[in-house]
Amino acid sequence: MTGDTHRRTVTITSPHGLHLRPISQFVELANQYQCDVSVSKGPQRVNGKSAINLLGLAATPGTQLDLEVTGPDATQAIDPLAEALARVFPDD
Amino acid sequence: MEIKRGIAVSPGVAIGPALVVDTEGYRIPQRFIDRGQRGDERARLRAALAAAAKEAQARQDTINQKLGKQYGAIFAAHALLIEDPELIREYDALIDKNHTAEYAVSQVIRRHAKALESLVSAQFSTRSADLFDIEKAILRQLLGSKSEELKHLKEPVIVLAHDLTPSETAALDPKLVYAFATESGGRASHTAIMAGMLEIPAVVGLGRFLTDLSGADEVIVDGNRGVLIIDPDEETREHYIETQQTIGTFLRELGELRDLPAETKDGVRVQLMGNIEFPQEVQHCQDRGADGVGLYRTEFLYLNKTADPDEGEHVDAYMAVLRSLGSKPVVIRTLDLGADKFANRVEKHNEERNPSLGLRSIRLCLRSLALFKTQLRAILRASAYGDVRIMFPMISTLMELRQCKLILAEVKEDLEEENIAFNRKLPVGTMIEVPSAALMARELAREVDFFSIGTNDLIQYTLAADRTNETVANLYTAGDPAVLRLIAQVVAAAQAQASPGDNGAGPQRTVEVSVCGEMSGDPIYTLLLLGLGLRQLSVAPQNIPEIKKVIRTATLTEAKDVAAAALKLDTARDVNNYLRDRTRRILPEVVS
Repeated sequence: MTGDTHRRTVTITSPHGLHLRPISQFVELANQYQCDVSVSKGPQRVNGKSAINLLGLAATPGTQLDLEVTGPDATQAIDPLAEALARVFPDD
Repeated sequence: MEIKRGIAVSPGVAIGPALVVDTEGYRIPQRFIDRGQRGDERARLRAALAAAAKEAQARQDTINQKLGKQYGAIFAAHALLIEDPELIREYDALIDKNHTAEYAVSQVIRRHAKALESLVSAQFSTRSADLFDIEKAILRQLLGSKSEELKHLKEPVIVLAHDLTPSETAALDPKLVYAFATESGGRASHTAIMAGMLEIPAVVGLGRFLTDLSGADEVIVDGNRGVLIIDPDEETREHYIETQQTIGTFLRELGELRDLPAETKDGVRVQLMGNIEFPQEVQHCQDRGADGVGLYRTEFLYLNKTADPDEGEHVDAYMAVLRSLGSKPVVIRTLDLGADKFANRVEKHNEERNPSLGLRSIRLCLRSLALFKTQLRAILRASAYGDVRIMFPMISTLMELRQCKLILAEVKEDLEEENIAFNRKLPVGTMIEVPSAALMARELAREVDFFSIGTNDLIQYTLAADRTNETVANLYTAGDPAVLRLIAQVVAAAQAQASPGDNGAGPQRTVEVSVCGEMSGDPIYTLLLLGLGLRQLSVAPQNIPEIKKVIRTATLTEAKDVAAAALKLDTARDVNNYLRDRTRRILPEVVS
C-alpha cells in the first residue's frame, strides 16, 4: 500500500491491561481507516485490525506497544489510534 | 451431602433444584469435504459468520438497554471476533486442506482459547470463555440446530455448569435462576461481573463437580462464602433458610437507611461522605444518602490523555460533580500520582528505585508548577458554584504546605486580576498520610481548615509495609497500635486548634478531621473512630449503608469506651479481635 508511514509508542496504563473491551474499541476505530495498522510488542508484530491477535499480545499495564500505520489515510489515523490504544478503562 | 469450595463472586444465598448445563455439547458431524466443495464451504462459512455477527450485534442492543452500554460492549467485541480477519484466514487455510467449516472453526478457536488460557495474567486467561461463546455462535449458524437454552426455562433452578459464557449469563432470567455455580472462571471474568450486576448469587472456580451430579439434586449456593453444597442434609438446609431470611431483612434495613441521618443513638451527628474517582459516581453517593463527597480523586483526568488536561477539562469534570451534588460539599484532592504513572510526561524521569518514597503526588506538583496551577485555577473557578474544598495530598512537611498555599494565593491573585469569580474563603485542607505529618499535626493545623487522614498510605508508611506485597501484608493493618496512636494524636491536635488559640485566628476556629482511607469503610473500625473523636468519615459509596447502620446502632459513650480500651492494647491482633468483638455485640451482621 502506498502512502505515509507513521509510528507511535504507547504505554498501556489501564489497570487490567489491553483486554477485550479496549481492543474492540481500537479495532472498530482501525476498521474506519484504509491504512494498514500494525501493533508490536517487542519483536511480536500483529495486525492491528485483528482483535484475536491483539488479545494474544497480552499487554498488561506498563507494556509498551509500537503502533505503525501505513497507507493513504495514515496521517489522519495515527493520532486517534494512538489515543484509543492509550485509553484507560478503570472500572472493569 | 457434599461441600465444594470455590470463589465467591456475587453475594447471597440460594437453595433450589440443580440444572446442569453441558457447554461442551456441540458435536462436529463431519471433518472432511471433497476437494471440489471448498468454494461452497467457504461461502457457507462466510454466510454463517455474517449471521453470527449480526446476532451478536442484536444481542448488544438488547443488553445495552437491559443492563447498560458497558455490558453490551462485550457483544460488540464478539461481533468483531466473529469476523476477525486473522481468524478467517486460519479457517480458510483449514478448508483448503479439505476440512469442513465446522471443524475449521472449532479447531482454530480452541487453539486460540488454549493459547489465551496459558497466558500468565488472570484477566486475559478468563477471556477464553468469550472465544467458546463465539465458537458456539458460529456453530449454531453452521449446524442450524437449536440447543436447549437457558432462556427457555419454565421453573426456577440453580444453574451448574463447567463455565457459563457471557451470553449464557446475560440470558439468565433472575426470576427463574436462583444462583449459579461453575467449575471454572475467575473473579475478573465477565460472568462474575454480570452475575453481580444481575444480583444472582454466584460461585465460580469450584473445580470438577459436575460428574458427581445426577438430574434433580437439590443444591445450595452460598455466594458470601464461596461454597456449593450438593444434597444438603436437613440441618444444613434449615440453617441456610434462616441465613436467607437474615440477609433479606438486613438488606431491606440498609435500603431504608438512605434518608436517615448518620447519627448515633445518643444524638451525635456524623458526616458520612463518599469517595469518588469519576463525576458519574456522585450518583452512587446520592443514591445512598451521602452527606457529600469527602474525597474526589482527580488522577483519572490525567491518565487517559495524550496531553495533560487543560483548565476547561478540569472545570467540566468539577462542574459535573457539583451539578449532581447540589449544595453538598465536595473535597477535591489535587493530583496524587507518581512520576512513573504518567504515560504522557514529556520529560522522562529517571527510574526510581523506590517510587512510593520518591517524586510523587504533591512533590511532583511542586516541581511541575504549570500543571499544578492549571488544576488550582479550575478548582477555584468551580468554587464559585458550590461547596468546593481543596485538599493537598502527601504533605510531609510544613514547608510543603506553605508552598502549596503560596501557589494557591498566586493563582487567586491571577483570577482576581482577570475578574474571574471564585470563593475567596475556599477551605484548604491537607491529607495526613505520612507519619511526619501526623507527628506535626499541631503545627499543620494552624495553617489549614481541615485534615483528612489517608489511612492507606499512613499504614503503609508507618509500618513500612506494602500491602500488595503478600510476604509482608500481615504487617499492614489499620488496627496496629502505632496507627491508632497517630490517628488519636492528629484528632487531638485538630481539637486543640478549636479552642481559643494564640495564632490570631480567633476563638471560633475549628479544624475538621475526617478519615478517608479504607479503614473508614470497614465496620469494625467505626466505633473506634467515633470514640477517637472523628465526626466525619468518607467511604466507598457501597460501604455507606453499612457504616451508617453501625453509627445508628452505637452510642458515643460506648464508642469512647471502645477507643479508650483499644488504645491500651499492645498488638494489632488484640486490637482487631477486640474491635471485632465489640462490633459483633451491637451488630453481628456486619462482622465477618
